[in-house]
Amino acid sequence: MVSVLKSEAIYSYSFYQRLKKDTKMKARITVTLKTGVLDPQGKAIEHALEGLGFAGVDEVRQGKLIELDLNDTDKDAAMTRVTEMCEKLLANTVIENYSIELE
Amino acid sequence: MRSSVIVFPASNCDRDASVALEQITGSKPSMIWHAESSVPETDLIVLPGGFSFGDYLRSGAMAAQSPIMKDVIAKAKAGVPVLGICNGFQVLVESELLPGALMRNRDIKFLCKDVQLKVERGDTIFTSKYNQGEIITIPIAHHDGNYFASDETLKELEGEGRVAFRYVDRDGAATSEANPNGSLNNIAGIYNKDMKVLGLMPHPERLISQELGGTDGLGLFESLVEALA
Repeated sequence: MVSVLKSEAIYSYSFYQRLKKDTKMKARITVTLKTGVLDPQGKAIEHALEGLGFAGVDEVRQGKLIELDLNDTDKDAAMTRVTEMCEKLLANTVIENYSIELE
Repeated sequence: MRSSVIVFPASNCDRDASVALEQITGSKPSMIWHAESSVPETDLIVLPGGFSFGDYLRSGAMAAQSPIMKDVIAKAKAGVPVLGICNGFQVLVESELLPGALMRNRDIKFLCKDVQLKVERGDTIFTSKYNQGEIITIPIAHHDGNYFASDETLKELEGEGRVAFRYVDRDGAATSEANPNGSLNNIAGIYNKDMKVLGLMPHPERLISQELGGTDGLGLFESLVEALA
């Protein structure tokens, strides 16, 4: 009895997820420091990797990954909106570059 | 002289700023919560130090989007003097009232110590009580004070005399050893174009009486009183 209830629950959850997938979009934003901007955290990671004996790492640059669940259905409109978000808040364009992936 | 201190969630030098302002201007500043939509009529706005919004995303980035900042920006553009100390400086660059960015310190460590600063000019509303070239000792307490700007912006700041303070050694030389955080050109503080917005990483409000270890910060507030009272 219990197992039946369980599988029903799983079924309805995945069904709900599929429904959600049809109407929603995901944006994945990668924020990285611009070339020429010193990245002290990247440098520290580089030294730590060296200390662990991983040879052949020339440079480490650290960044941020930001994921957004959007209600948008139109890709172009979503891209415009997310670009505006990046310019206004998510990235500081004085020191950072950003790239946007939509799926 | 009427002054206002903006208080963000996790501001922690707002009270220090308030005590300094009350002691030196003779009247209590208005403490303005970040969610307010306007700053009452005032002669000076202070953005205090701290870790507004837990430094999430980037130091000062969230505070720069606070409702009150719309009015702070409008008032600054209308000529109301604004002083941003430490996190306040970070908020000023994030809200684009000042150019450049404040990045993680060169050696990644949080720094809390006294540093020597050179007063680059003694003719602004913030520095008239100091002499040009005077070396003062002021504490710093920050993780993200590494000033960065494009070559073009840096040239503009230097060319227009908009560097307010520089990290120097005891002889006044801006060496890399005297530079605690890796700031370009040893920059500790800068002005906007009309010299009425000042952002600096060091904390002058923490050095306003002998009981606190010194009075080198007094000059900045006394200059403001002379100019604005």
